[in-house]
Amino acid sequence: MVIAALQRARSGLLLLHPARTTRPGPPDMKAASINVHPSFVAAAPARKPIAAEADAMVRFEGIAKTYPAYRGKPGVKALQDIDIAIPRGSITGVIGRSGAGKSSLVRLINGLEKPTMGRVVVDGREISALAGRDLRLAQRSIGMIFQHFNLLSSRTAFDNIALPLEIAGWAKSDIELRVAELLALVGISDKHDRYPSELSGGQKQRVGIARALATCPSVLLSDEATSALDPQTTRAILDLLANINRELGVTIVLITHEMSVVRQLAKEVVVLDAGHVVEKGHVADIFTHPRYPITRSFLAEVTGDSLPVSLASRLVQEPAAGGQTVVRVHVRGAGAGDTLIARLARELGLDVSLLSARVDEIGGQHVGSLVLGIPGGEDAAARVLTWLSQYRFSAERLGYVA
Amino acid sequence: MSPELINLIIQATGETLFMVGTAALLGTAFGLPLGVFLATSRKGELFAAPAVNAVLGMIVNATRSTPFIILVVAIIPFTRLIAGTSIGSTAAIVPLTIASVPFIARLVEAAIREVDAGLIETASSFGASPIQIVFKVLIPEALPGLLLALTLAVVSLLGYSAMVGAVGGGGLGDLGIRYGYQRFMPEMMLAVVVVLIALVQLVQSAGDYLARRVNRRLRHR
Repeated sequence: MVIAALQRARSGLLLLHPARTTRPGPPDMKAASINVHPSFVAAAPARKPIAAEADAMVRFEGIAKTYPAYRGKPGVKALQDIDIAIPRGSITGVIGRSGAGKSSLVRLINGLEKPTMGRVVVDGREISALAGRDLRLAQRSIGMIFQHFNLLSSRTAFDNIALPLEIAGWAKSDIELRVAELLALVGISDKHDRYPSELSGGQKQRVGIARALATCPSVLLSDEATSALDPQTTRAILDLLANINRELGVTIVLITHEMSVVRQLAKEVVVLDAGHVVEKGHVADIFTHPRYPITRSFLAEVTGDSLPVSLASRLVQEPAAGGQTVVRVHVRGAGAGDTLIARLARELGLDVSLLSARVDEIGGQHVGSLVLGIPGGEDAAARVLTWLSQYRFSAERLGYVA
Repeated sequence: MSPELINLIIQATGETLFMVGTAALLGTAFGLPLGVFLATSRKGELFAAPAVNAVLGMIVNATRSTPFIILVVAIIPFTRLIAGTSIGSTAAIVPLTIASVPFIARLVEAAIREVDAGLIETASSFGASPIQIVFKVLIPEALPGLLLALTLAVVSLLGYSAMVGAVGGGGLGDLGIRYGYQRFMPEMMLAVVVVLIALVQLVQSAGDYLARRVNRRLRHR
């Protein structure tokens, strides 16, 4: 209780500091480049913060990270004005294009990087203030897995997993028990005496995961852990991570440039762009109501903005007699769009045809788009668009087909 | 060839092996830590000490650029201080060691730098200290390269050892010069060269074999 009160008091103080107040929108310098109309930002529904102050496992407070100029290369502002709280026990995805600052962000959590400004608090400890032995002790409670696995080629799977335990000074007999347990957890007990050169990519990442979990960390960081794997193996590794989160309660922070990873695994998401957090919140909220072009472009990877080739080639901008008007309807939310075509046909008496559709699920919410062909000329098309807007579906007229 | 001459060759081979073996051991004892330090002490690295790194680098370069025969003569006072004498096989170990330390250090540095920087980051991420990283990550991962580096150093020392005849060091090179050249005994010269070729061949094959054995990047099964 005392701690909670202190935290409240401190967060109150933080708010007085102008540099640390939360911004409603992007900073001014970004606003121009990402071109968001102010009214659009104002109209979007208010989002709850992704974690209350007290139950955050990882907290970034007013973080800036600048890499100094070096050998003629100019300095780089990798991260600016980062205030994020990552909830205990959550799976949080940090998504951004390359160079957005994802790697710097995740390396601040385990102290591999120090912030230029601000503090990073992990499990109640200010990791950004630790150094030397204290930092090394704290790092044992934060595991990390890597895109290229980073296994020691000179050690077997067993000995790779044993490495963090040797470093932590465990007794040999305890190490043997723990490693056997971990090998079973990640499902590669039969590979214990194999060297990394004898393992497949998926098996290597399983060793990496087991190694990261060896010292029973409370946080697991994933640095593009599936980017070097094929889709099927990616799926298996993501399932494994989901299991680990569920069964061990480990908080997982994964950075990725792949929307499919966020979609399959994350419950919370942070969208990074050019060193700034542009959006953060529940995956379903963010991707059903994307505010920024960068978020929409990630979403388009799932929903598919492009039309099928055969349809695109027939599309014209002038109405054709006896043809159809082509309309794209965006569906977002639980069950959205399920009965849309049936209701449209029944209520307006139109034989609406489905030309193309892509609907997927993100965080339990449907996200996607339907491309409809509407017969009956301009008049019918206008009635359909009015009807859609009544039910708050966003729709656009793409053109006409004969 | 008479039995006396064969005895001379056997004795000289023993001297060469003694000088080269001892110098290689001592050279590794000093060269390995120096090489590891050179590889890990630049700006932003494990034992970052850029100034010390630069000074050590200059000393290493200076020693490496001094011709061995000059080094042998130039450090005679130092040799006398360490070995008690400046003549003989034991004394010859001093210049051989001094020449091999910077050579081995540079080879070790190169082998250590070959280790993927991602592995250092990985070990740091689970709280390994710099010393633990050296002994549990860098040296085991660089082992195949280190063994090849040592092999190369031993072969070079065999070559250097031919020159220590100048200070009465003995050994195969000395035998070749004194009997083969100065007393004009081409069969002696030939015998010395054959023994040296066999030694180099042996050392190189053994080094290659060991390096392959410990290289787990290759598939064995």
